[in-house]
Amino acid sequence: MRRVYLDNNATTPVLPEVFEAMRPFYLEQFGNASSIHHYGQHARAAVEKARASVAALVNARPAEIVFTSGGTEADNLGIFGLVQRGDHVITSAIEHSAVMNSCKRLEQMGCEVTFIPVGASGEIYAGNVEAALRANTRLISIMMANNETGVIQPVDEIGKIAQEADVFFHTDAVQAAGKVPIDVQKIACDALSISGHKIHAPQGTGALYIKKGTLIQPQIYGGSHERQRRAGTENVPGIVGLGKAAEISKHWLESGGPAEMAAMRDRLQDAVLATMEDVGVNGLGAPRVPNTTNLWFDHIEGEALVIALDLKGLAVSSGAACSSGAIEPSHVLLAMGLPHQRARASIRISLGKQTTQDDIDFAIKVIPETVARLREISPVYQKVAADSRR
Amino acid sequence: MPAQTIAVAMSGGVDSSTVAAMLRAEGHNVVGLTMQLWNQRRLAGHEGMPEQVQGRCCSIDDVYDARRVAEDLGIPYYVVNHEERFERDVVRPFIDEYLSGRTPIPCSLCNNHLKFDQLLITARQIGADMLATGHYARCEFDATRHRWLLRRAADPAKDQTYFLFGLTQEQLSRTLFPLGHMNKPQVRELAREHHLALAEKPDSQEICFVPGGDYKRFIDAYLNEQGEQLPDTSGELVTTDGKVLGHHEGVHNFTVGQRKGLGVATGSPLYVININGAEGKVTVGGNDDLLSRTLIARDLNWIAIDGLHDSGAAANTPMRVHAKIRHRHEPARAVLENAPNGEVRVTFEEPQRAITPGQAVVFYQDDLVVGGGWIAETG
Repeated sequence: MRRVYLDNNATTPVLPEVFEAMRPFYLEQFGNASSIHHYGQHARAAVEKARASVAALVNARPAEIVFTSGGTEADNLGIFGLVQRGDHVITSAIEHSAVMNSCKRLEQMGCEVTFIPVGASGEIYAGNVEAALRANTRLISIMMANNETGVIQPVDEIGKIAQEADVFFHTDAVQAAGKVPIDVQKIACDALSISGHKIHAPQGTGALYIKKGTLIQPQIYGGSHERQRRAGTENVPGIVGLGKAAEISKHWLESGGPAEMAAMRDRLQDAVLATMEDVGVNGLGAPRVPNTTNLWFDHIEGEALVIALDLKGLAVSSGAACSSGAIEPSHVLLAMGLPHQRARASIRISLGKQTTQDDIDFAIKVIPETVARLREISPVYQKVAADSRR
Repeated sequence: MPAQTIAVAMSGGVDSSTVAAMLRAEGHNVVGLTMQLWNQRRLAGHEGMPEQVQGRCCSIDDVYDARRVAEDLGIPYYVVNHEERFERDVVRPFIDEYLSGRTPIPCSLCNNHLKFDQLLITARQIGADMLATGHYARCEFDATRHRWLLRRAADPAKDQTYFLFGLTQEQLSRTLFPLGHMNKPQVRELAREHHLALAEKPDSQEICFVPGGDYKRFIDAYLNEQGEQLPDTSGELVTTDGKVLGHHEGVHNFTVGQRKGLGVATGSPLYVININGAEGKVTVGGNDDLLSRTLIARDLNWIAIDGLHDSGAAANTPMRVHAKIRHRHEPARAVLENAPNGEVRVTFEEPQRAITPGQAVVFYQDDLVVGGGWIAETG
């Protein structure tokens, strides 16, 4: 069976060049980067080269990059590392659970947290962030791009607000990195999280940018790795992969990659909108990363659509998967004010660097026919259709 | 049977796993589905519920077991979330029934509203023609009656038709019960033949979403989580001849036939005979007072017939059946007649013990399920 993968916001395949770059560090060049001998020196050099590549992707200095086990750990370090009991924190209602649940934990630990709402387009209004500032506000943590809608948030404005108020600004850029240019100087953020496996590096890799001079409390204790900001032997092959993926991403961003990808995404989106009734795009009015579209199809369950599409060979996603794999309605779409039913009737389609025009053709073929079948068997849709005939 | 696309409702237990293996071996396109119905962690810490709730329902271990079986069989497998529907159609009615002085039976509600309704719809939407389950029951089409019939399982000890009386003709036409002709040892043997890792996994018994079977604690915790007060259904504990023995804290603490925990001490054993939810009155009496010969059933579903007819060509009353009034009850001879408001009067040949409002009553003729309903009151 032909299989097409359009769930790249969940994870991406490791690119062959990335895998090749990593391979020697599992086999011949397996050293511990802290060792003084030849093996260790070689591993250290590779880690530092990767650090420079990751720094270049976000216009930071290499020393400002801390490698982590992924986006979630980077978010945890960027939040718990900057906040103390009694502080006030501002975040948004549409954060990824890595930030959302960290902030809920902060509440339990004696911090106050303000969750900024979003508008119908999925954008956070920077004025609401400014209005939420208090005398004891210590940190603003607002994502750069949303994982479900792809909507890009006004981080430049928020960075300015944070700077003027002299509070820390952390941004979860996991879904923005490698898709849109990132400049930590322009954003004026103090911390920024990225994840390897969203940019074609392996799972279990990530990094946190921490602005030079920012005192951050480590969250993992042990050896003096990562300039005493994150203990634990470096995942050298993973870090090398992340570095290579960052290099590839930077080149892709500078050579017209985003526009090409957006064109493919729009071709798919427009074809679905043109051929079907009762469909729409969540977050359409807002600026979005080029690889993501979030579509609603009234009168169906997004969950059933995802399964039906998977059985036909197309991998997409809907809502947030809980531990069993069952799907919860998306808190992001609900926060945007979508009715419960429509939030449940939405699916996310996300392209990767490996996505081809053929893949898009396949999706354009199977999505409408599958939605039609679901509606045929949907008691709600049959009732709506009967009422409209009357 | 020609190769079809068949969805199998997989629980992570031996029965449904074996069904998946059997159908796969027969050459069908099999898709495994598990319903996520209830989040056990939801009530953790509420009103006496421990912080770590160990309930069986939708436990992650069972899902992983099912996923492993699916992987071994090489079939696609999905977990589908029907928590909202389960809460609305099973959990809420379960609580409301107890608070009205009845003793509910959530498994039948779950079958009617979730497994053979919502899950069957999901199955059809994803392209399956049929839904197969691991229930012990038999289903077949009868050409002369032009009806789908439900029959008791070949193994009377495992028969589950009592919980399936609510299935409609449409649902039965799309349902497969591949284990209906087998007994449990045969199923386990088949599981071993198919090299299912969980062939020796023990059977589950309790109401899946109520940890430890403590439904009173569950009700308290649920209402607390919802920010609701437990309604005051306290009242008098009286004897059959009207003598007040004492006061009780709420009708949901009682079930017909209950002997322990009445809070009164007398010479002879006392049992709950009747619960009047509206007045909060609980009547107790001796063992003989538990016997009654009639009951009224409501919300009937007919399977082998299209209804009870008093006259005309299709007249079929009074109808002689064997009626089963609880899961562990040997069906007893009874006669069915129409009662007002679409209800049915069931009159037993011999008095039956502890007929309990809220439970189902299911009518059989030999191994055939004629239909069934919910016990509204005893006569």
